Amino acid sequence: MKRRDFLLQGGAAAAGLAAGSALLPRVLGAQPVREAWLADPATRELAMRAIDAARAAGATYADVRISRNRQQSLGTRERQITFFNDSDTYGFGVRVLASGAWGFAASRDVNAEEVVRVARQAVAQARANGAAMKRPIELAPTERFPDGKWSAPVQIDPFNVPIEEKVDLLLRANAEALKVQGARFVRSSMFFLKQEKSFASTEGSYLEQTYFRAYPSMNVTAVAPDFSDFQGRESTDIAPRGMGYEHVRDARLVENAGRWAQEAVAKLSAKAVQPGRYDLVLLPTHLWLTIHESIAHPTELDRIMGFEANYAGTSFVSPPADFLGKFRYGPEFMNIQGERSTPGTLSATGWDDEGVKPDEFLIVKNGVVNDLQTTREQAPWLADWYRQQGRPVRSHGNSYAQSWADVQFQRMPNVNLLPDPAKDTSVEELIAGVKDGILIDGDGSFSIDQQRYNAQFGGQVFKEIKDGKITGPLKDVAYQMRTPEFWNSMDAIGGRGTYFIGGSFFDGKGQPSQVNAVNHGSPAARFRRVNVINTGRKA
Amino acid sequence: MPAKYISRDEAEAIARRTLAFTTADDARVNLQSATHGNTRFARNQVSTAGDAYDATLTVTTAFGKKTASATTNRFDEESLRSVVQTAERLARLVPEDPEYLGELGAQQYPRTSGYFESTANLTPEQRAAAVNAITRPAEAQGLISTGFLDIVTGSTAVATKKGLFAYDTSTVSNLTTTVRTPDGTGSGWAGGAANDWTRMNPAEMADRAIRKAQLSRNPRAVEPGKWTVILEPTAVANIVQLMAGSMDARQADEGRSFFSKAGGGNKIGEKFLDQRVTLVSDPASGIAPVSAFSNQGLPNRRMVWVENGVLRNLQYSRFWAQRQNREPTGFADGFEMAGGNSTIEEMIRSTERGLLVTRFWYIRAVDPRTILYTGLTRDGTFLIENGQITSAAKNLRWNESPIFMLNNVEAMSAPVRVSANESGDADGPVVVPAVKAHDFTFTSLSDAV
Repeated sequence: MKRRDFLLQGGAAAAGLAAGSALLPRVLGAQPVREAWLADPATRELAMRAIDAARAAGATYADVRISRNRQQSLGTRERQITFFNDSDTYGFGVRVLASGAWGFAASRDVNAEEVVRVARQAVAQARANGAAMKRPIELAPTERFPDGKWSAPVQIDPFNVPIEEKVDLLLRANAEALKVQGARFVRSSMFFLKQEKSFASTEGSYLEQTYFRAYPSMNVTAVAPDFSDFQGRESTDIAPRGMGYEHVRDARLVENAGRWAQEAVAKLSAKAVQPGRYDLVLLPTHLWLTIHESIAHPTELDRIMGFEANYAGTSFVSPPADFLGKFRYGPEFMNIQGERSTPGTLSATGWDDEGVKPDEFLIVKNGVVNDLQTTREQAPWLADWYRQQGRPVRSHGNSYAQSWADVQFQRMPNVNLLPDPAKDTSVEELIAGVKDGILIDGDGSFSIDQQRYNAQFGGQVFKEIKDGKITGPLKDVAYQMRTPEFWNSMDAIGGRGTYFIGGSFFDGKGQPSQVNAVNHGSPAARFRRVNVINTGRKA
Repeated sequence: MPAKYISRDEAEAIARRTLAFTTADDARVNLQSATHGNTRFARNQVSTAGDAYDATLTVTTAFGKKTASATTNRFDEESLRSVVQTAERLARLVPEDPEYLGELGAQQYPRTSGYFESTANLTPEQRAAAVNAITRPAEAQGLISTGFLDIVTGSTAVATKKGLFAYDTSTVSNLTTTVRTPDGTGSGWAGGAANDWTRMNPAEMADRAIRKAQLSRNPRAVEPGKWTVILEPTAVANIVQLMAGSMDARQADEGRSFFSKAGGGNKIGEKFLDQRVTLVSDPASGIAPVSAFSNQGLPNRRMVWVENGVLRNLQYSRFWAQRQNREPTGFADGFEMAGGNSTIEEMIRSTERGLLVTRFWYIRAVDPRTILYTGLTRDGTFLIENGQITSAAKNLRWNESPIFMLNNVEAMSAPVRVSANESGDADGPVVVPAVKAHDFTFTSLSDAV
């Protein structure tokens, strides 16, 4: 959705971390920071200076994030490079509470004068807003982490991989796709991000964290010889991850390119689906997006409370008291987990963007709504429920900002549908139980209403299932559903062997809109009698 | 304090310093700077607000036809030298781009009128006051208002080693609000956009959204199917702007677009929409000025994309224009659509049975062969029977294409500038009329309010 913004904002520099106390005078002067970074006391010094300035200006709470982003993007088309950009950006943001209201200001000029100016500006901002506040902001308690450090467990830093290897890999993949007759156009790309982020707060935490992201992808378009039709296949079975270059190598673009091309060509002659009700076997390469839209978003507490009503929408899971412990989202075997701990996933982190150590929690437990996604501001809104459960009022650590220039707010963690722990049901076994159905592989078109009831999903590859067997390719398939009925129509779930972690770099929410990178793990699953439409029309 | 951005003199100096470091055969500098100031509100009070300043410089270097770019947001000598070195290092390593045409020399640019001090100088206090002009009347009527005010003040510059220098400034203000009823059965939206803040009227927007929220209570379910619709300007913009993304000439010529012609070529010169439909973009427009130049420094000019339903132009990059023996077109970041002389009230009076739509939501591509998209109505959908609004209607999902919709036009109003971005972020200018069209395809009902 906001790929352009991502390209502009990502980014940041890995090189030259040498620094040290010798740099301090320069760093704290008016010159921009150059080499100083996480391990450099100068970075911490700047963060503390911002915190002190905010406090002195009257902030009752303040946090500062200084981040340095390095990003690389590389794109090809057929036999040529179409873009290659390396980005290295830097900046900081200060968030404060004053007069009971939030204020936020940010700047790319990372120096001692500017951090003070921006901290004061954030406080002035909060005071301007405080005049219209009716209920002051209250924050749930959190632990203090005076020297926290976390790094993504990356095997190969993508910025150390030779350019030639990246270019060669993409062009070889393109060549493989173009060997397939009918595959006329192919694009492929790689995106890499390394973000180093420091966080300090008035509550005594100072955190240093390093993140990586990698996203290789390919798109093949097949065109009919007479130009009467064209069909595409995106490599949606390769998800973006919070990993290094090892993810690109594991993606095996060259080995998969021919298959993606063949699947695009096959769509040209595939049978158009007849609209009707079908049993669906949804592979996790597809189902992650349905989970994202119909479970992960509606269980965001800011949305539930109306804070996103002007853009991302509200939620049918509202008010929380009517749903927590009461609402049956799906069958007994349905368990939905929120977590930010799975190594190599996009949401994985040591601490969130307000210094909270995230926990694992069950959003849906045995088919019933059990918990909601929270930040420090939101957790107190569920105090009654937590007291009933004998649990402390604490944030689940779901605060995130896409960059130093954006204010942090509630963003989803990895939200996963857990596989059947008792039986390793295979995709073939799920298919065997279908008389008249469709298997969908890969995510395609997606849309859902502003309270997350009515949705429509396409896919990449569609296969007809008759009497327990796949009989051939289909095209122009999309299913429409109403969230509670859809999840309650799930009658079987795959085991650990079918589990796959999908995800997106570009989940949009908030005003100004920000993107959040998130993964969703899921097994394959089967749904009964879902409404399928034909999306093909004649111009 | 006025918004920060890089001035013409600063931009020229930074570009010169950057280009002086390069030993490449060819080089281009793109320099963007902006202050984003925003105030967000929910539940009748400000929820977050912020001011952020950033500036980025991208340098693109080429050795022969080997080209690559690098970006930084630090402009000291060492950073500029370093970003040039990175771009050069990458350029030497990548294969030749056979389509690289080299950078442009000096160009002449049209004057734009997209910068206003009224917007650049807007303070957080003034933003909060504008928000209060919505939250207070909403609260006074027992309603819940939510919304977003986004102000962007910035500059953009392009310079090349061959002597091109282009610089422009602009301001944009965008204000939207969604007002909901406390019982959760009604929701109304209003919004607007302008380069000049003094053209914005928060109180009027509040009035519109409040009225819609009240009228939209307890919506009635209607059956999906083909409906006559009266799309308010924002809804028209939501769907008409989808065409722009499909109007690439190369995509059409290569057989991957609605604008591809069976057997080869594209549909330029063909009538494909109702004859009343005309779409243009113009850097010198008084109401919807688009940027004066592309990121390569190519001058944008007034472009007629569709004239009386006939496809007059597709977007030609420099490479594809040269290949096809045409002029490059630039890539406009907004457009204006001609309207008609009807009013929404007249459209309603002339409708036996139809739906009035305020805006669309979660619009996503379904089939590029027909520019088919899906999405939903939202925040003000009303049933029209026998020439009048008889009730609020439940929201519906549609599967439709701007091509089909703009072939079924019955009436149009005078065009207005709208906030066309789903997110409410400030964006390229879009000016459209309200449109009455028949046979708009709704495929299912939504329970969402």
